[in-house]
Amino acid sequence: MKLTLFRGEGMLVRVARGLRASPKASIALLVCVVLIAAAILAPLIAPQNPYDLLQIDIFDGKLPPGSASRTGSHYWLGTDTQGRDMYSAMLYGLRTSLSVGVTAGVLALVIGTAMGLSAAYFGGRIETLIMRFVDLMLGFPTILVALMILVVFGQGAWKVILALVFVQWAYFARAVRSAALVEIGKDYVEAARCLGLSSPRILFHHILPNCLPPLIVIGTIQVAHAITAEATLSFLGIGLPITQPSLGLLIANGYQVLLAGLYWMSVYPGLLLLVLVFSINVVGDRLREVLNPRLEL
Amino acid sequence: MTAFIIRRVLQAVLVLILTSMIVFVGVYAIGDPLEILLAPDASMVERAQVSASLGLDKPMPVQYWQFLVNALHGDFGRSFVYNRPAISVIFERLPATLELTITALTMSLVIGLPLGLWAGTRPKTLVDESIMTGSIFGFSLPHFWQGMMLIMIFAVWLGWLPSTGRGEIGTVFGVRTSFGSWDGVRHMILPAINLSLGQTALMIRLTRTGVQETMPLDFVKYARARGLSERRILFVHVMKTILIPIVTIIGIEFGSLVAFAVVTETIFAWPGVGKLIIDSIGVLDRPVVVAYILVIVTLFIAINLVVDVLYSFLDPRIRSRAR
Repeated sequence: MKLTLFRGEGMLVRVARGLRASPKASIALLVCVVLIAAAILAPLIAPQNPYDLLQIDIFDGKLPPGSASRTGSHYWLGTDTQGRDMYSAMLYGLRTSLSVGVTAGVLALVIGTAMGLSAAYFGGRIETLIMRFVDLMLGFPTILVALMILVVFGQGAWKVILALVFVQWAYFARAVRSAALVEIGKDYVEAARCLGLSSPRILFHHILPNCLPPLIVIGTIQVAHAITAEATLSFLGIGLPITQPSLGLLIANGYQVLLAGLYWMSVYPGLLLLVLVFSINVVGDRLREVLNPRLEL
Repeated sequence: MTAFIIRRVLQAVLVLILTSMIVFVGVYAIGDPLEILLAPDASMVERAQVSASLGLDKPMPVQYWQFLVNALHGDFGRSFVYNRPAISVIFERLPATLELTITALTMSLVIGLPLGLWAGTRPKTLVDESIMTGSIFGFSLPHFWQGMMLIMIFAVWLGWLPSTGRGEIGTVFGVRTSFGSWDGVRHMILPAINLSLGQTALMIRLTRTGVQETMPLDFVKYARARGLSERRILFVHVMKTILIPIVTIIGIEFGSLVAFAVVTETIFAWPGVGKLIIDSIGVLDRPVVVAYILVIVTLFIAINLVVDVLYSFLDPRIRSRAR
């Protein structure tokens, strides 16, 4: 028991040290933390609730960045066509984007891990069946499968999450399986079997902790991927409904007026999305270097 | 080898049948086509008539069978919008999409391969670091937003390039293509950059990883010991080994490009199948949606099949493992 605890600590320390050693990754991690905090605290730090009709003023619509509102405050990032403060709308959009992306990523991780572990542990028919399906899923781009699922089931936050999970679990399953296959051949698994431990116990207490490094890396990158995919689907008008405006929807709304020169409605939310996804990817890339699983991504 | 191919083809057919079932259930059974075809105030008698004429009163398996037989004959019904067979609407627009994707693919190869080789041969230097960070930036850029920025900068602010449509289409050697006229080329530039950027970033990473994994191998050392120039080692010996994974990646990339063409075409109003599907979803033009999904799935299965076969052809190790 002590040994596993020590090993768990060892990995965390390694990750922390590895991230700190790279200034680029440290900054990216800091940006991620700030953005996540901003998303969680959005209702507290946003100057207005952009979806409370009492707080927005249609006469303040289409104001460029820095304009003063009629009540004296400033719209530092301008307003949208409805008179919403862009900065507030972006904070709320960030909240939606992050929650959809993280939920999809975590669900895909759980399902993919369970599938990958079962494939590696049970082998035979189960393995063939699972891995064939994984291969099939990986043969199709995320955006296309998600598009088809949404065409069939319709729009909505949970449907977008379902579509993303449906595609992304395969990446986790493939990585976990190959990591687990290596572990299963080792002596400690044999020892655990000889002790008469149950399969679930061996799988989740003994094998799984040793498969964590690739899972962490893929998890990070897939969250970034899910956020982009959701934004893209929402931009295409088949993702989130207009009542839950994510960054993608904000950009889509801004696109309508981009050619008229009202750039701020699409440029700023897009920049925020880019910074978010870029920082997550930089952290993920560094994690891959530190934990060094030889991953195909 | 033959057994391998036959097994893969059988698998492909199975996948196609499964997809057709899912699409059938999703698009035809969950939604009610009558609601779209009939006026809201249609009487019960009219309903029953139309329902019978479309075969909607028959049991599900019978309806599915009919759908499958028709689909195999290339009959997905008539598009509600264009009032022509859905499949011909798709095939009419497919060349525009393929032209865009192939151009983007070529661009990602021409730019990505050299940059990847460059970064790969200079690990842990400023060149490597910048190229790699640049490539993370490249695939972090949301496709649709990046396209909008291209339009904003090059079409709206600078006014150098057109932002929408395909322009004038010329004929080169009897093939109708955008490359047939200067106007067509000008229209192609922004969409092609938009589509290729993310894939270029990916190509850089994969080439770089390939080079860095191959460089320490023994055969490279032998080649050096034989006194071959670095250039020859890189472009002949190393290239040969990293080309194997790259062939697979080209296949997969082509697939993703077709998928992302949906986004690019929507932004640049490019008259291909990607824009068609988004428009069709918007107006509930079911036959076109169904035809698109099945055509695209078939295309992907074909790509994956070709890649698998090519791969096993290039790398004998795969063949023996598959057996």
